[in-house]
Amino acid sequence: MTAEADAFRGAAAAPEQFAAVPGDGRRRWHVAALVTAGLVALPVLAIVRTALFPTENIWPHLASTVLPGYVVTTLLLMLGVGLGTFVIGTGTAWLVAMCRFPGRRVFEWALLLPLAMPGYLIAYVYTDLLEFAGPLQSALRAVFGWSTRRDYWFPEIRSLGGAIAMLTLVLYPYVYALARATFLEQSICVLEVSRTLGRSTWRSLIDVALPLARPAIAVGVTLALMECLNDFGTVDFFAVRTLTAGVFDVWLRMGNAGGAAQIALVMLAFVVLLIWAERRSRARQRFHHTSSKLRPIEGIRLRGRKAWAATLACTLPVALGFVVPAATLADYAFTSASAEWSPDFLRHALNSLGLSAAAALAAAGLATLLAYAARQRAGKLVHGAIRLASVGYAIPGAVLAIGVLIPFAAFDNAVDAFLRQTLGVSTGLLLSGTVAALVFAYTVRFLAVSLGAVEAGLGRVTPSMEMAARTLGHSPSATLRRLHLPMIRGSLLTGGLLVFVDTMKELPATLVLRPFNFDTLATFVYQYASDERLEACAPAALAIVAAGILPVLLLARSVGAARPGRKRDGT
Amino acid sequence: MTRSLTGAMLGSAIALAAMVGSTAAKADGEVNIYSLRQPFLIEPLLEAFTAKTGIKTNVVFAKEGVVERMKAEGVNSPADVILTVDIGRLNDAVEAGVVQAVESPVLTANVPASFRDPEGRWFALTQRARLIYASKERVKPGEITSYEELADPKWAGRICTRSGKHDYNIALLAGMIAHHGEAKAEAWLAGLKANLARKPQGNDRGQVKAIKEGECDLALGNNYYYGAMLADPEQKAWADAVNPVFPTIGGTKGTHVNVSGIAMSKSAPNRENALELMEFLSSDEAQEIYATVNYEYPVNPHVKWSPLVESWGRFTPDDLPLSAIAELRSTAVRMVDRVGYDG
Repeated sequence: MTAEADAFRGAAAAPEQFAAVPGDGRRRWHVAALVTAGLVALPVLAIVRTALFPTENIWPHLASTVLPGYVVTTLLLMLGVGLGTFVIGTGTAWLVAMCRFPGRRVFEWALLLPLAMPGYLIAYVYTDLLEFAGPLQSALRAVFGWSTRRDYWFPEIRSLGGAIAMLTLVLYPYVYALARATFLEQSICVLEVSRTLGRSTWRSLIDVALPLARPAIAVGVTLALMECLNDFGTVDFFAVRTLTAGVFDVWLRMGNAGGAAQIALVMLAFVVLLIWAERRSRARQRFHHTSSKLRPIEGIRLRGRKAWAATLACTLPVALGFVVPAATLADYAFTSASAEWSPDFLRHALNSLGLSAAAALAAAGLATLLAYAARQRAGKLVHGAIRLASVGYAIPGAVLAIGVLIPFAAFDNAVDAFLRQTLGVSTGLLLSGTVAALVFAYTVRFLAVSLGAVEAGLGRVTPSMEMAARTLGHSPSATLRRLHLPMIRGSLLTGGLLVFVDTMKELPATLVLRPFNFDTLATFVYQYASDERLEACAPAALAIVAAGILPVLLLARSVGAARPGRKRDGT
Repeated sequence: MTRSLTGAMLGSAIALAAMVGSTAAKADGEVNIYSLRQPFLIEPLLEAFTAKTGIKTNVVFAKEGVVERMKAEGVNSPADVILTVDIGRLNDAVEAGVVQAVESPVLTANVPASFRDPEGRWFALTQRARLIYASKERVKPGEITSYEELADPKWAGRICTRSGKHDYNIALLAGMIAHHGEAKAEAWLAGLKANLARKPQGNDRGQVKAIKEGECDLALGNNYYYGAMLADPEQKAWADAVNPVFPTIGGTKGTHVNVSGIAMSKSAPNRENALELMEFLSSDEAQEIYATVNYEYPVNPHVKWSPLVESWGRFTPDDLPLSAIAELRSTAVRMVDRVGYDG
């Protein structure tokens, strides 16, 4: 009802546009988007409801003790990870997209590899390597004859700085992937004009390419920050007390789920504010490419010291974010006596792959539906619902899982009660405790990822193209099928693959929601890793990483192939 | 487009449903377990149970959200029993109203009264002592004998612990509060914090590793980790570097202990099987597995400790009722915040 009214208002506000196009199916899109967004927002709403009923007011205690510390730590963590992912992601994306230097073709895909490495694993590995008892410090002590901690200074890996480093290393690929795709899709003409007008290469980056890529980069950094907020495994392991730690204290140790939900919502407010601020500062700027001259980018040939600097700049993130941790895991897996080679791997791996594929498909499909509906001159209601649907990403997985449980179980119990009354049969729990609940949870959690990618892709379809299609009598659905989908195929694939890889690594929601006797690679690793028995679970951990590599490589291809008018230039 | 997408989603949903296959619910010869304990710890016990009774066990393991899941699932929850560590967690389940009272002569005979709820809503299965691990090289035997001494300035910069918020440390602190009152307990915690060699981090094993590496001389840890480390080829050296000490609490002869336990779900669809499992886990056979495989102390007084566990020495458990520890948990958490123990 409201949707229709809203759509109507939208249409009435701009009657001179295509209000009277035949076969107008815009309203249907709005309704579909509202229903979908509503469903996806259910868990968040369930958390809001929980927050209304705390067992006691936790804020006075928190505010007088740990809250200021938690807030400062959280902000510093976000600042550090935000800056880190921006600099590494955008910098390397620019280098591989616009420059020529040794190893560039390898870096194009290799820079994505850290995506396959779960944050909690990289934290375990680096702690093993860099702590006082680790091989590096032991070697230093042996060489220099130091004996205790007081004899020398070494950065503490289990610290805020360590957490920022770990999260940056595994999260920068979001920014890299989105920024690179955008750089590649930019018309070379814009850059050539910039250079003709006397801008140097680097000024062109700053003045022209970056502003054009800003929406995509903003999406990437926002994703990294949301991930950073919902992360518990890494910060907990590093004894870094963020607001997420507060959520778990209040929930599990003070037995106050309502109070915990309140903290989670405050964190959410952080993110919403952040997204709003970014959008606001972009205000009404819209960038669309008006030139379709998209011949392959020649690239600036870097020479000598500059070329080596570029190679080094791209090597470091790949080496630290992927090669070192993967090699360490492989070493444990093949040389440690306590490594557990379980024959159940295959089953766990199939579970992981099946769930990831389903979640990727669902998230990409829903993202297309929502983003496209929003383009159909949707009103504030639809836009608001879509924003609400995509905030699940910033909520700690375990909390979100409870949010999924509540509506699912309520639905199951209602159906059961109804059928018992009318037909005298009991259906029990239909959806709760099944993989359906899991796939739904993943979709809710990772919708922001696919939505970001799809929105960035749709942003490049100019309104004039769309108007042309509509003027030629295509309905919104036909326009989507014949115009948008072919144009955003790359972005859609990128979004889907990102969700795939994220689902492979997902742990907390899986633990809470899974069916009986059901393991994924991540849950299997967790039962050992949580006991700091990294050697024991190294083979399974390696399997997660290996299973993540293929989609990451596909992702690299899809981003490369996304460039329209790209010739077979061997890149 | 929408149609093909719907088709694809439907298809993958069906594929997924087929993938799972076994959705456990009410079925003959099965029992459904929600476990907060790691699968590899309980697997040997469940295997023995199935071998003996022919009843198949289905397990979901999660460290958080189990009680919330049972609450949401309500009357239709497939859970038959909940297995957990820490009296606080058992108490949570009772308070959430997701468990039911069980009457069983077998359980009453096997589990002493102090290790079960008077109303039968939970039963402890094992006892674990919170030890002080002391460096063999740098701490003389007998140099520390009580938890209270951990706050002695002579240990400045020499103690390692995991997070003060961890269930095991919270329970110990709750015990200190019960014995000494809030003010003294808080002064003790502040004193302990002042003695820490590093910010609280890692798990109990990690603290012992830190002693071996010379980062600290004393650490707090549960007793069974000692056995687990001795059995692990990578970790034996850590355990070899320390002596386990059974400290006393509150001027008594008792050492602080906590429990792992079991409760029956209110909705239990397989009540008979659940009861059978509970009785089995308290039996001599299962209690012996707990003692030999997990290095925990059996609650069943008829069961002998494993020779290894025995070799660490006999001790007197603190006779503070478990319910007192559960009640003071929230007070303890707040105290950790006030002292800024983890900061």
